[in-house]
Amino acid sequence: MSGALREPWRSLRRQREAAAFGTWIFLGGEAMLFAGLILAFAVMRALHPAGFILAGRETEVALGTANTAILLTSSLTMAVAAEAARAELRRATLWGMGLTLALGAAFLAVKGFEWSSDLEKHLFPGDGFALAEPSAQIFFALYWIMTSLHAMHMLGGMTVVAWLGWQAWRRARPLRSPAFEAAALYWHLVDIVWIVLYPLLYLGGRAP
Amino acid sequence: MNHITPAIPAPDAIPHEEPSYLTAERGIGSWLLTTDHKRIALLYMAALTAFFFIGGAGAVAIRLELFTPKADVLTADGYNRMFTLHGTVMIWFFLVPSIPTTLGNFLIPLMVGARDLAFPRLNLLSWYLFIFAGAVLIYALVAGGVDTGWTFYTPFSTTFSNGYVLLAGLAIILAGFSSIATGVNFLATIHLLRAPGMGWFRLPLFAWAIYGTSLVMVLATPVLTAVLLLVIAERGFGLPVFDPSRGGDPLLFQHLFWFYSHPAVYIMILPSFGVISEIVTCFSRRNVFGYDFMVYAILWIAIAGFLVWGHHMFVSGQSIYASLAFSFLSFVIAVPSAIKVFNWTFTLYRGQITFEAPMLYAVGFIGLFTIGGLTGLFLASIPIDVHVSDTYYVVGHFHFIMVGGAVSAFYGGLSFWWPKITGRKYPMTWARFAAILMFFGFGFTFFPMFIMGYLGMPRRYQVYPEEFQVWHVMSSAGAVLLAGAYLLPMGYLAWSVFWGEKAEDDPWNATGLEWSTSSPPPRDNFRTPPEVDEGPYFYHPEGEGPGHDHGDPHRDQVRTP
Ligand code: HEM
Ligand SMILES: [Cu+2]
Repeated sequence: MSGALREPWRSLRRQREAAAFGTWIFLGGEAMLFAGLILAFAVMRALHPAGFILAGRETEVALGTANTAILLTSSLTMAVAAEAARAELRRATLWGMGLTLALGAAFLAVKGFEWSSDLEKHLFPGDGFALAEPSAQIFFALYWIMTSLHAMHMLGGMTVVAWLGWQAWRRARPLRSPAFEAAALYWHLVDIVWIVLYPLLYLGGRAP
Repeated sequence: MNHITPAIPAPDAIPHEEPSYLTAERGIGSWLLTTDHKRIALLYMAALTAFFFIGGAGAVAIRLELFTPKADVLTADGYNRMFTLHGTVMIWFFLVPSIPTTLGNFLIPLMVGARDLAFPRLNLLSWYLFIFAGAVLIYALVAGGVDTGWTFYTPFSTTFSNGYVLLAGLAIILAGFSSIATGVNFLATIHLLRAPGMGWFRLPLFAWAIYGTSLVMVLATPVLTAVLLLVIAERGFGLPVFDPSRGGDPLLFQHLFWFYSHPAVYIMILPSFGVISEIVTCFSRRNVFGYDFMVYAILWIAIAGFLVWGHHMFVSGQSIYASLAFSFLSFVIAVPSAIKVFNWTFTLYRGQITFEAPMLYAVGFIGLFTIGGLTGLFLASIPIDVHVSDTYYVVGHFHFIMVGGAVSAFYGGLSFWWPKITGRKYPMTWARFAAILMFFGFGFTFFPMFIMGYLGMPRRYQVYPEEFQVWHVMSSAGAVLLAGAYLLPMGYLAWSVFWGEKAEDDPWNATGLEWSTSSPPPRDNFRTPPEVDEGPYFYHPEGEGPGHDHGDPHRDQVRTP
């Protein structure tokens, strides 16, 4: 079948390999992006341990934990969708992608509630910040930067999943296209980043 | 290699009837929406020429101002804006993309024997990203100006600067996306699209150089994105990370910035290593000396480049132990560069050297790069660096590498592959003249910087004590010559496109897959998919010294009809 084969490739197997390879390389870059921010977090935490522990207790641990569960589940549904697409099981692919989108949206909704509660509690750095300790503001600066960058990645991932799902639904893209697997890889990266952010932002201040 | 076995017999036997990539399609849309790597290379070339002029305008303003010790052309603020414009445009919009996006884009698929890059549409997308980023940057520089220098040091950039720092940061982030896309594309192409028989150690050194560059692009650029995001967050949203008055750490900025920016200097110089290797071997009719070591040197540089960023921070107050380690590692990374210089020299040794224009650029490169690299070792020695840090000595050092090195290599590569790209020959006498003029213009412009820097002339200052004027006048006068040498090729190369003599497929008798197809190549690069059974260089037979009685590669290239 040639529908999925694109220039300059001569075999679909090779093209699939390239899509996965290219995505992995790109994810290596993405990992460096978050690594830079996480390094900044680690440095600041080492410089101001007391302020970071204090601030770490103020994050919404219940919502953060719920979101971790939601996101992990979405990685499962995405993995199912990608495998189903490879096996050309149309219904399972569509279901998997639909559920992934729904879970992604749920994550962002929970995140939205969390942010608005943070704002109400004056946890955005600046005048009138809730905590007296100045370095707590640095914790929350990084909290806002990292969670919003992560949310932007979620939005990007959801756009890709929605687009591919729509094409699969309209039969405009053959299920054997390597794009499904590439999208799944990206989705898992966004998940992994969260798995690192979760302990840093929600658990770090709460250790006994 | 180039021993091309026609896998499928050519369908029609009439040669040279088939249109080239330049004539295959017509109309502006066929260019702006093309996914042909060769056309995209030309799109990049057009964009880079524009940015070279804009960055050059900044240099003209700087050199004009520095002609006299007093401030007479620009305001203090205007001067700061000019060197920021010059630095940001030249680095991110000219030198980082220069060789990879033009020659790399054009040649990598040809050199590995592929029809196109692995992801042709991503390639086009990265061009649009680049253009858009450039437009944003130019807007920022013109509308409000940026006065931070290309280094965006905090807390100045986050708290005190009055310019359009946010927009400039955004533009550089976008340009970074374009760089990453380009790097991913090259890596996937070199890994997965090599022609049958093209093993890793049969790749031309240019392909290896682009491979190393792409690795650095993909792994370093995201850190620049991260640090610029932090700057934007602090300046735009008041989120403290670097501001010392709120407990932040300004040195953290420098660490993250140079973690990108030192590897970035290798993004700028590695591709030119590839270009020089191809030129030197061709015009001395001698196989590259120590091919394997050239490859390992490239990889060594690409990896070790990530370990030396702290040599930009010797006077920042970082721990002396850190400084010692970074100093040592900086000496370590000089080793592979030295290996390359020695290997080029040994390639020349007993070669049958002819001085066509590309070769003149290449030998100029070797000399200037060596001086740039050696002065780098002085800077890596802490006691000397403490004396010359932030002086014109540093400015001299990086211009020897970036301008004397990388820009010369770009012009050299352009003149080497021009007949392949356009199918036309340019006037060689003019080209030789331009290459020699560039060497001397460069020397007059930048060598005085070492002297005045050593004597204490600080960088980024608009007014200076009179004792330095003689060096500044020399430098500004040299810049006029250099500007002439940069403009000349634009003239005769453009001329050659219309009136130049038609080029043969392999005008230099060079080896390498790209020379085995027609000039200019057809849309699909090769009429029959190539198969490879030899290494990239065969200017003299294996095991024998270079021949002194013949000037051709020892084996005729078998061309498809
Ligand atoms: C005609 C050619 C050029 C001339 C005459 C020239 C001149 C100068 C001068 C005088 C400065 C010092 C400004 C100061 O700190 O006061 C400077 C800085 C610089 N130049 Fe060039 N330059 C040229 C070409 C280039 C090219 C091609 C590049 C890029 C590859 C480049 C990259 C830089 C960088 C990165 C800086 C440092 C900017 C900063 O620290 O803000 N230059 N140049
Ligand atoms: Cu460096």
